[in-house]
Amino acid sequence: MIDLITSLLAITMRAGASLVYATVGEIYTERSGILNLGLEGMMLMGAVSSFAVAYYTGSLVLAVLMAMLVGGLLALTHAFLTVTMRANQVVSGLSITLFGSGLASFLGQRLGPAENSHYLVGLVGPKFTPIAVPGLSQLPLVGPIFNQDPLTYILYLLVPAAWFYLYKTRAGLELRAVGENPRTADAMGVDVVKVRYLYTTIGGMLTGLGGAHLSLAYTPGWSENITGGRGWIVIALVIFAMWNPARAVLGALLFGGINAVQFRLQAAGTNIPAAYLNMLPYLTTIVVLVAMTWWEALSKRIGAPAALGKPYMREEK
Amino acid sequence: MILVLAVIGALLVGAFLLVIAGANPIVAYRAMLVGPFSSRYGLTETLVKTTPLLLVALGIIIAFRSGILNIGAEGQMMIGALCGTAFALAFPNLHGAILLPATILVSFLGGAFWGGIPGWLKAKLNVNEILSTIMLNSIAWQLMIYFLRGPMIDPKERSYGTGVPQTQQLPHQVWLGRLLPRTRLHWGIIIAIGLAVLVYIFLWRTSLGYKMRAVGAQKEAARYAGMPVERLLVLAMALSGGFAGMAGMIEVLGIHHRLMDGISAGYGFSGIVAALFGQLHPLGAIPASFLFGALMLGADMMQRAVAIPAAIVFTIQGLVVLFVVGTDIFIRRPDFAQRLFRRRRPAARKEGA
Repeated sequence: MIDLITSLLAITMRAGASLVYATVGEIYTERSGILNLGLEGMMLMGAVSSFAVAYYTGSLVLAVLMAMLVGGLLALTHAFLTVTMRANQVVSGLSITLFGSGLASFLGQRLGPAENSHYLVGLVGPKFTPIAVPGLSQLPLVGPIFNQDPLTYILYLLVPAAWFYLYKTRAGLELRAVGENPRTADAMGVDVVKVRYLYTTIGGMLTGLGGAHLSLAYTPGWSENITGGRGWIVIALVIFAMWNPARAVLGALLFGGINAVQFRLQAAGTNIPAAYLNMLPYLTTIVVLVAMTWWEALSKRIGAPAALGKPYMREEK
Repeated sequence: MILVLAVIGALLVGAFLLVIAGANPIVAYRAMLVGPFSSRYGLTETLVKTTPLLLVALGIIIAFRSGILNIGAEGQMMIGALCGTAFALAFPNLHGAILLPATILVSFLGGAFWGGIPGWLKAKLNVNEILSTIMLNSIAWQLMIYFLRGPMIDPKERSYGTGVPQTQQLPHQVWLGRLLPRTRLHWGIIIAIGLAVLVYIFLWRTSLGYKMRAVGAQKEAARYAGMPVERLLVLAMALSGGFAGMAGMIEVLGIHHRLMDGISAGYGFSGIVAALFGQLHPLGAIPASFLFGALMLGADMMQRAVAIPAAIVFTIQGLVVLFVVGTDIFIRRPDFAQRLFRRRRPAARKEGA
């Protein structure tokens, strides 16, 4: 039994890491008042670009940087369209996803070597492997926490840092002010446009990194639709986390856990059709959303930034 | 004018991608832009692609006009086609004059049910409809695959052991007739255009349609005026899903004559784009769907002409939308270009002072 829980936790954490990166990233973006529905496209682009770089250069560091660059550039496009050109955030985000997933799929069939008829699918490249902390990783139950890949270890620092930055620093206060009430923030002397650009781009870089974790660590390699809708699940997880980076871990553990249970059941050969197991994450997302609205009805406020999704126009009024 | 410039901008970026991919962009674009309009094959195939796009777009328009965003047309198409196909296969001996309309009706109801779920979740529980419809897309696909591999698989696939996930062929009397011999152009396009006119009449000439648009324009005002806002939202989503369901079924009845994986083929997303392009107007959606049908076919032809992956279709489509979204402000607010420059002036004045 303990062995079972330990192995479930191990898969949970591996499956959840990419979700934490993207959730923390989107929390920062939404805290600045920008809703980015382009996550799915950005994660896919992060996954395909980082895998291609890792495959050709052999350098995992370069691969991760590439994923961050690509995610950041797509997010920058979203910021340009929504902040400067004042496009509808929903439509802009959706078109980023349409473009990003199309391009990722295109690149996946084009960037590969000639001997694989230019496909990236099926190639084996360098990958992040778990590094066990001597001693600690042998502990029952919590052992898997100390036997993770480097990208997951980084999260142990990133999540507390993201929480601290948001709630305990002046820059974090300014970020929250822009998302709550841009007019007041502007009067305080905060450059609303700059803040929105900055945190949308940072959010995109983290999302790209989440994609890289998929193709370099969780399921090493490139396959069509490697994200399996994670970019959308993350948007629900941001609500579940109540826009608090520390709580992002909970949602990621929940969904990582579902993946782990799926894995286990499929490996054990149950007679539940695979299709039903595959529906679980999506059904859970809907249940989570329903639960959050009930919660909201009870306690009135779950912390959505008040200005989320609204463009800010300085010259008017 | 700005729309044209936006499309040209998107094509220029696309050309850059084509060059990277090692294809000649001139050859590629000639195939893409001229191909769909230069032959009987091109024109009829464009119309074949216009049909599901227009049907989906009509549903999207009903939802968007009522203030609810339906991103779930892909899933609604699948569920509609699944229900309709199951119905037609269950009554193979009925006369075509009964079976055909009944099958389309069942597909409408199936799509309406699948669209009604997020509508109900939104109206009663205030669940974000963008997320719920996207989740339901994934669930619908899993459901369809389950039925196509299991209970509804073509018995031949099972006995040959090939196991392709598709149903057996539908009875002949339920197939939609072809409009032109030796083409795939079928009656679906006439049905779709007829429905576009009906949706226009519904939204602008009936009191129910008026109420729906009132909810979309000013939800709280509509509530204050005593309209049953929640019920109207669910109804709008159900109608929206119903149209997508019909789009899926008509694709089966007119083209494939059986349900198979990939029936939605991205129409559910492209239909949203076409609806937005047509200014969310049912009649505007007709030329917009034709345009995007031509774009989809053109991209197919381009892909064959220069041998590049089919995914370029969605890439270029995404680019077109990005450019249109990015330049939309110039249409909505003609003074915006001046504003962009005027904004720098106060700073300059400060420097001078």
